[in-house]
Amino acid sequence: MNIIFYIAAAVALISTIMAITGRNAIHALLFLIMSLLAISVIFYILGAPFIAALEVIVYAGAIMVLFIFVIMMLNVGLEKEIEKNWLRPRMWILPSILALILMADFIYVVTINNMEEYSSQIIQPKQVGISLFTTYLIGVEISAMLLLAGIVGAYHLGRQKKKVLHRFL
Amino acid sequence: MLTVPVEIQLLFAASLFILGLIGVLVRRNIIFMLMSIEIMFNSAGLVFIIAGSHWVQADGQVMFIFILTVAAAEVSVGLAIILQMYHHYKTVDVDELKKLMDKPE
Repeated sequence: MNIIFYIAAAVALISTIMAITGRNAIHALLFLIMSLLAISVIFYILGAPFIAALEVIVYAGAIMVLFIFVIMMLNVGLEKEIEKNWLRPRMWILPSILALILMADFIYVVTINNMEEYSSQIIQPKQVGISLFTTYLIGVEISAMLLLAGIVGAYHLGRQKKKVLHRFL
Repeated sequence: MLTVPVEIQLLFAASLFILGLIGVLVRRNIIFMLMSIEIMFNSAGLVFIIAGSHWVQADGQVMFIFILTVAAAEVSVGLAIILQMYHHYKTVDVDELKKLMDKPE
């Protein structure tokens, strides 16, 4: 079981290094997603299955899609060159290999019959929810306010200034 | 049974954090800087999960959910600021933002 941890940690470190040294933003983002998936596998074998799912859904799903949208909107790179590089294998071969390693890891972990014996003690989502909505209720309310402030701030900052002022609008 | 010593796990989280810090300090592209900040958030959350699994308590996972919330709010506002920056200066290089700098003699 320890070897699973070390493999996932190695994948996370390699893909993080590739992410921060990347030249193309989209490719760096691909490596960052790989790093997040590797950390999600580590969460799973540390006995936090709920957090592992949340990491994939919120981080690798929502936040990275925000990044992709912004990069696409800015259109920083040269489109012609990017399109030429899409089909070149060296652009996607390393993330694919890392993803395959992680997938083999994960399949092995999931298909073990008695998970409790192998993993550390699993903390069920029920305990997390009970703790979240009793002991840490004030924290939930504060983070709700933070998210509201985030929505208002992002809307205000992201609004484009009106170029043409119409008389009636 | 997972018998990786907790020091190794914390070392892994620390090295992820250092990688994110290096990214913030070295890169001048603001999109990469924001991505490095995300890496640092993530490694801080990893420390909470490691501690929670070490003491078999749910509090670590609760803290990770809060970190996730903060990261989501931060990245939405940060990306809106990047859009405005690109709109005004036509660049994503933070070194170009030097209107407050003294004129070099």
